[in-house]
Amino acid sequence: MSSAVQPATPHLRDCLTMLRRNLLHARRYPSMTLQVALIPVFLLLLFVYVFGSALGAGIGQGGDRPAYLAYLVPGILLMTAGTGSVPTAVAVCTDMAEGIVARFRTMAISRASILVGHVVGSVLQTVVNLTLVTAVALAIGFRPDAGPVEWLAACGLLVLFVLALTWLSVALGLISRTPEGASNAPLPISFLLPFVSSTFVPVGSMPSWIRWFAEYQPFTTVIETVRGLLTGTPIGHNGWMAVAWSIAIAVLGLVWSLRLFDRDPR
Amino acid sequence: MNQTTTPAIEVTGLSKAYGDKVVLDGIDLSIPRGTIFSLLGPNGAGKTTTVQILSTLIRADAGEARVAGHDVREAAQSVRAAIGVTGQFSAVDQLITGEENLALMADLHHLPRAEGRRLTAELLARFDLVEAARKPAATYSGGMRRRLDIAMTLIGSPRVIFLDEPTTGLDPRSRHAVWRIVRELVDGGVTVFLTTQYLEEADQLADRVAVLNGGRIVAEGTPDELKRLVPGGHVRLRFLDPAELDRAARVLDLGLRDEEALTLQVPGDGGVHTLRALLDVLDAHGVAVDSLTVHTPDLDDVFFAVTGRPEHEKVQSR
Repeated sequence: MSSAVQPATPHLRDCLTMLRRNLLHARRYPSMTLQVALIPVFLLLLFVYVFGSALGAGIGQGGDRPAYLAYLVPGILLMTAGTGSVPTAVAVCTDMAEGIVARFRTMAISRASILVGHVVGSVLQTVVNLTLVTAVALAIGFRPDAGPVEWLAACGLLVLFVLALTWLSVALGLISRTPEGASNAPLPISFLLPFVSSTFVPVGSMPSWIRWFAEYQPFTTVIETVRGLLTGTPIGHNGWMAVAWSIAIAVLGLVWSLRLFDRDPR
Repeated sequence: MNQTTTPAIEVTGLSKAYGDKVVLDGIDLSIPRGTIFSLLGPNGAGKTTTVQILSTLIRADAGEARVAGHDVREAAQSVRAAIGVTGQFSAVDQLITGEENLALMADLHHLPRAEGRRLTAELLARFDLVEAARKPAATYSGGMRRRLDIAMTLIGSPRVIFLDEPTTGLDPRSRHAVWRIVRELVDGGVTVFLTTQYLEEADQLADRVAVLNGGRIVAEGTPDELKRLVPGGHVRLRFLDPAELDRAARVLDLGLRDEEALTLQVPGDGGVHTLRALLDVLDAHGVAVDSLTVHTPDLDDVFFAVTGRPEHEKVQSR
């Protein structure tokens, strides 16, 4: 038989088609994506202008409000990466319940392309959100002393970490039975880990039992690395740990997602 | 491979259970190319599960199935390249427009851009969706969505098309539109596998019908063959008093008398000629008939006859 049969492995053209579809969805229904960008912006303004003076004094080094802003921004960027996981999980969960995905499953296309479209679309949206948050930070006086190489390294690490969280969110969206469940499933990524980290205060100020967790969990290692790259604080072991965590989470999310997706649909 | 003699769909001993619940209990089917086959059954009979297995959406527990010459388990991607599926629940992307849905399908079939645009425009016109082309599919009526759904299935020129309850929930006008489309499909040489719970639909469209009940095929044949499985048609004469009934029975010397209802049930197909002959005889003898009803067997009779039996015994008519 001469009919061309597409392989089951990712196919670039199918991935691009699926990406276009997801971007079309995001453009038509932008409310949720925008909403999750507003949370970090709100927290940034709240912590800088309401708590900034007091917390700035608390972090030492003769800190004042501008010093606290410099300390806070990397953590807020990571929080932006974290909140981006909510719309991803919800979009994947909602999409799986749609008849169109059942149709995709009966077509000779790359199955992985359906998930790749979601992942790349979500990463792009989170990158837009990160740009927005950075712009607000710069507008209110954030003045990093990083050179082009440091900026590039910070951006690279952030994108890698966002990619990792997005694959994990896709898996969380796939195991959730309802969109409500899917919006709660990423809570550890979107809320818990960003707070129990060095986002708002140094981990050294925490009681020892929580300090150990906060110091080595993925968000802190990435925050400390980005903070070091942008504002020159020491990075130490956080650099390689951040990359290792990112790769580990990305692989876990990817393998888990593909296995979940390959099961027979409910 | 001989394209003309290999059946479009061939199924042996297909079984599927979810936990303790047996959904398909060993079904066999053989569907020739270029025909419309209808799987008929009540809700929960296993129709959708059958379509899901044959369209590679889910895997069977046991049994073999070949679609367009390919094994659904071993060569799923080859099966997918040959089929088109319109599921029971609308398989369109509700968030984007009808035109974008069709363009999406064209892209996924790797059609050249210009070809995709041409085909999209052609299908929008053919399925009467030109006006709604730029509106989100979520705003479509049930009939429009189903038409879009079928139009999307046609991109990629599938050789076997699965339509799972294509007219469920549609108004009569939309239902007839879908029937017209299905008939046109087969004129183009494709094979259509249609599930329905409407007997009229199977009667209208299908070359062959199988009745699925409790996960088993309980009857199979052409609509006409199936109708022969149940007692034939009859004419029911009603009288105003027992004396007239008496006289009619004596004159005709056949039929089933019902003294209570004052009716006489005369065997016959209810055609114009037999009806006239019958009335002529009664007239000639001055028998006064109050009213008359003609009953022809339809698939409803078959359906209730075969699904009503306590044991799922297969009735094959040849």
